[in-house]
Amino acid sequence: MTDQVAGTALAPMTDAAGTVAPTTMRGVPHRGGAENPSAAALLAHFGAAIARVDVVWGETTVVVQAASLHDIVAWLAADPAERYEYLSDVTAVEYRDFDRPLEVVWHLRSLVHRRFLRLKVQLPKRGALVVPSVIDIYSGADWLERECFDMFGVRFEGHPDMRRILLWEGYREGHPLRKDFPLRGRFSRAEQLKQALAADPEARYSMEELSIAQAFESLPLDMRERLAHRDASGDAGRTGE
Amino acid sequence: MTDVFKDVASRHGSGTEALTGRRTIEVALGTSGLDAQGLPLRAPLVVQGGSAVALEPGMSRHEPELESDHMLINIGPQHPATHGVLRLVLELDGETVVRCIPHIGYLHCGFEKIGEYRQYNQIIPWTDREDYLNSPGNNVAFALGAERLFGVEVTERCTVLRVILMELSRIISHVVWLGTTSVDIGAFTPFLWLYQERENVYNLLEGWCGARLTTSITRVGGMAADIPDGWLDGLRAFIKGFPKTLDECVGMLETNAIWAGRTVGLGAIGPAEAINSGLSGPMLRASGVPYDVRRDFPYLDYETYDFDVPVGTTGDVYDRFLVRVEEMRQSIRILEQAVQRLPDGQVNIDDPRLILPAKHKATSEMESMIHHFKLVMEGPRPPVGECYVPVESPKGEKGYYMVSDGTSKPVRWRIRPPSFVNLSAIPKLVEGHLLSDVIAINASIDIVMGEIDR
Repeated sequence: MTDQVAGTALAPMTDAAGTVAPTTMRGVPHRGGAENPSAAALLAHFGAAIARVDVVWGETTVVVQAASLHDIVAWLAADPAERYEYLSDVTAVEYRDFDRPLEVVWHLRSLVHRRFLRLKVQLPKRGALVVPSVIDIYSGADWLERECFDMFGVRFEGHPDMRRILLWEGYREGHPLRKDFPLRGRFSRAEQLKQALAADPEARYSMEELSIAQAFESLPLDMRERLAHRDASGDAGRTGE
Repeated sequence: MTDVFKDVASRHGSGTEALTGRRTIEVALGTSGLDAQGLPLRAPLVVQGGSAVALEPGMSRHEPELESDHMLINIGPQHPATHGVLRLVLELDGETVVRCIPHIGYLHCGFEKIGEYRQYNQIIPWTDREDYLNSPGNNVAFALGAERLFGVEVTERCTVLRVILMELSRIISHVVWLGTTSVDIGAFTPFLWLYQERENVYNLLEGWCGARLTTSITRVGGMAADIPDGWLDGLRAFIKGFPKTLDECVGMLETNAIWAGRTVGLGAIGPAEAINSGLSGPMLRASGVPYDVRRDFPYLDYETYDFDVPVGTTGDVYDRFLVRVEEMRQSIRILEQAVQRLPDGQVNIDDPRLILPAKHKATSEMESMIHHFKLVMEGPRPPVGECYVPVESPKGEKGYYMVSDGTSKPVRWRIRPPSFVNLSAIPKLVEGHLLSDVIAINASIDIVMGEIDR
C-alpha cells in the first residue's frame, strides 16, 4: 500500500481533478461559504454517523460519532477520491461553559487534492473521555494523541503507549488544559516544591528502559532496593490522577 | 567474569564486586604498530579502586564477553548536541542503535494554557518564545490566525512587510541549523561565518522594532511599527551579501568527504512513510514530497511570488542539508521580489475595533479615548468561531488553531508544532545506525525544544 501511495503523491498536484489553483484566502465569510466536497461524500457514505457539518471561516468541520470515527478516518485516508493521507493535528477543546461537551479535533489534509478537513467528536464530560486511536492509520498520531491525553485526559483506545508525554509520569495534579485546572496548578507552591525535592531522580529511567540490557542487575544494591520499593508501593503514579 | 579480572582482583586483593566486565578501557598506543600476530598493539587498562591501571605484560588479553549484552546509553537532557533539553535513551548492540526512546517535556511552560488567560495581542510575546529561532515568523503566523478569526484583511504594505519578515526569519533559522549542525559534525568555520550573517539580520530587526530575539513585531490587524527610513537599504545590502557567504559555507561542505561521509545515507525515510509520520517542511521535502504550505495553501499572496520548492530524492541527512540550503536561496529570491513590490501606504488597517488610535487623538478626542480605553482594558473581541491557519515555518507546517467564544480571550490556542511531530519519528530514523550518527540525524531534524515542549 505504501509504495502505491508514494508513487502517486509525487505526481504533480496541480493535475488533480477538481482542484482550483491555490490562492490566498480573501474575504472569507464567517458562516457558510464553499463547503469541502468531502463533507458531502461523508454524508453519502456514513449518513447516520455524521452529526453535523459546519463551515466557519472557510473551513469545513464535520462532527461525527465517536464509535465510527476510526472507520471514517480510514475511509478518508484510503478512498482514491479523498486521499487524506496527512494528519496535521490531533487536539481537544474544552469550552468555558461547563455543560458544553469536550471536543476532540482531528485536522486532516489531502496533499493531492489540496483539501483541509476538520473532524470533531463531542464527548459529554460526565461520560468516559475515550475516543478511538488513529495510530494504525497515521503513525504520526503517536505523540499527538499522547499529548492530548496528557493535557486533557482523553484516552485514545488502541494506542499502544498511552502515557504522559510533556509532563512526567508521576504528575498528580491532573490534566492542565482542562478548564477546572487553575493556571497556577492545583497544588500550592509549597507542596510543589516539596514534591520536587522528594522526587526520585532514578525514576527518570522507566523500568522498561532498565530492562534493556538487564541494566537493572548492574545497578548498585541500594539503588535496586529503592527502585523495587518504589514499584511495590505503586509510587510511579502512572495515570497522574 | 573473565580470567583477566579474576587475576587482577586476586593480585590486588580487592573484592570481585569492584571490578565488572564493563569497566575495561582499551587505548591504542601512541605509535601505531602491529604485533607479531598482525593485531594492533594496545594497552588494556583495568579500573582499580577508581583509577585505571595498565595490565602487566604477559597477562592474558581476553576481550570481555559483551556480544550478547545490549547497552543502555543516555544522551541528554544536558548535552550540547541534543540542541536543547532533549533526552534520548538508546539501546545499543555494540555501537549500533537497536532502539531509541526519546523523552521530552523538560521545557514545558504551558504556553497554551497561559494563552487562554490573555488577550489576542498579549499572546504575541509568547509566540516569540516557543520557536525562538523563528520569532518574527511566529508573530506573523499568529497575527494571520487571529485576523482570520476577527474577519479582517491587512493592508497591501503590511502583507509585503510580513513576507519580508517570514523569509528573513526562515533564513536566520536555517542559518542556525546549518551552523550548529556543522559544529555537531565537526566543522567550526561555517558556524562563525553564518552567525555573522545572522547578526546582520538581527541588526535589521533591532532597527525595525528594537528587539533582536523576541521581536513581537506584529499586531492583530497590522504591525507594531512601520519600517524606519533607510531600512530597505540595509535589507538590500543583506540580500546582496548573504548569498556569497552562503556559497562559501556550502562550498566547504557540499563536496567535503567528511561531511558527505557523515550525512549521506543516514536517517533516510521514504515519501510514503514521511507523509504517514506527519513530517513536514524540509524533512518531508527531502523525502521527495513537494508539499510546501506557501505553495499549496497560500497565505500573504505567496502564490504571486516566483520561487521554487526544492525536493530531495533519498530523504537522508544530506538531502535535508541540500533542501535547506536551496530554501535559503529561494528566500533571497522572494526577498528581492518583495523589496521591489513594497507599496506605500498604511501599515495598519483602519479599524478602531482592533487598532489603537494615535496617542495625540486618544488624549484630545473623546471617541478615540473611549476606543483606547476599551482596547486596552477589555481587548478586541472576535465573533464566535474557530480557525486553523497553517504557515510554512522553517521547521515545517506550523499552525495556530484558535477557538473563540466571543470573549476577548481565546477558549483554546493550540500550536501545531512542526518539530514536535518531526521529532516523533526519530526512533524510526536512528534505528540501525551508529551511535555517532544519532547526533547527525538528530541535528538534521532541526528541533527547537521551546516549540516541542511549549
